[in-house]
Amino acid sequence: MDIKFKKIRNCLVVYPTGEIDHHSSEVLKKEIDRQCESALTKNIIVDFGRVNFMDSSGIGMIIGRYKYTHLKGGKTVVTGVSDNLRKIFTLSGLGRIIRIYPTVEDAVENI
Amino acid sequence: MIFDNEMILRFKSKSQNEGFARMTAAAFLLELDPTITEISDIKTAVSEAVTNAIIHGYERKDGMVTMHCGYCGANIYIEIIDNGKGIEDIEKAREPLYTTKPYEERSGLGFTVMESFMDEVIVESEPNKGTKIVMRKTLKSLL
Ligand SMILES: Nc1ncnc2c1ncn2[C@@H]1O[C@H](COP(=O)(O)OP(=O)(O)OP(=O)(O)O)[C@@H](O)[C@H]1O
Ligand SMILES: [Mg+2]
Repeated sequence: MDIKFKKIRNCLVVYPTGEIDHHSSEVLKKEIDRQCESALTKNIIVDFGRVNFMDSSGIGMIIGRYKYTHLKGGKTVVTGVSDNLRKIFTLSGLGRIIRIYPTVEDAVENI
Repeated sequence: MIFDNEMILRFKSKSQNEGFARMTAAAFLLELDPTITEISDIKTAVSEAVTNAIIHGYERKDGMVTMHCGYCGANIYIEIIDNGKGIEDIEKAREPLYTTKPYEERSGLGFTVMESFMDEVIVESEPNKGTKIVMRKTLKSLL
């Protein structure tokens, strides 16, 4: 899985590319946690703009990062959720605990 | 059941085969000209069932997973079979948010996803024998 990272203010922005399933989410989790420790940011923004598939493993991955940032007094939010991912986001009820912003800029401004 | 067309795929319980299995199912069904949403729903449901076979059925030990796909008219059927540890309480396992692996960041949503993305999900399982998931979806685009 190709993952890009950017640090904007006190946020670590994560751009995964491709398909998020059990296989790729293991890599994604490790990479995010590693970057989070070295970037010293308390918030995580995961942008789904380049993700074309996600199953329940992705939901578990987001909740895991949410718990991690919560412990440090930060937040985990998501952006760029396209129509084909919206169904699983809605079904999971994730929107009740995690904020979904249209773009990374919106997330950085409002987090 | 007699299908218009069917195929069987057998693969090792390795996580890299999750993508292979859902791509193969999608490629097999392409002939029916399903909508993008229908294909996306089917791929997600296959991914859930195959992942469950690998992480719960075999608990990451080596084993073989079988995927059987077939269609008859507008109805498509997908079976995912493992010979792993089986499920003790099927009803409980199907409850939303129920998981036996919370420490591995599982959310207990797999069965909920299968049920809402497909039209019917049947679970047959016996402890220490294995699990068979049968899913049906009617392609509305073909009706
Ligand atoms: N093939 C299987 N073999 C053995 N147990 C299974 C199998 N499939 C599911 N289970 C059991 O059913 C429970 C619920 O499955 P479900 O897919 O809904 O959630 P999960 O896999 O735990 O989490 P998620 O799918 O959200 O990552 C599992 O935690 C597991 O105990
Ligand atoms: Mg599951």
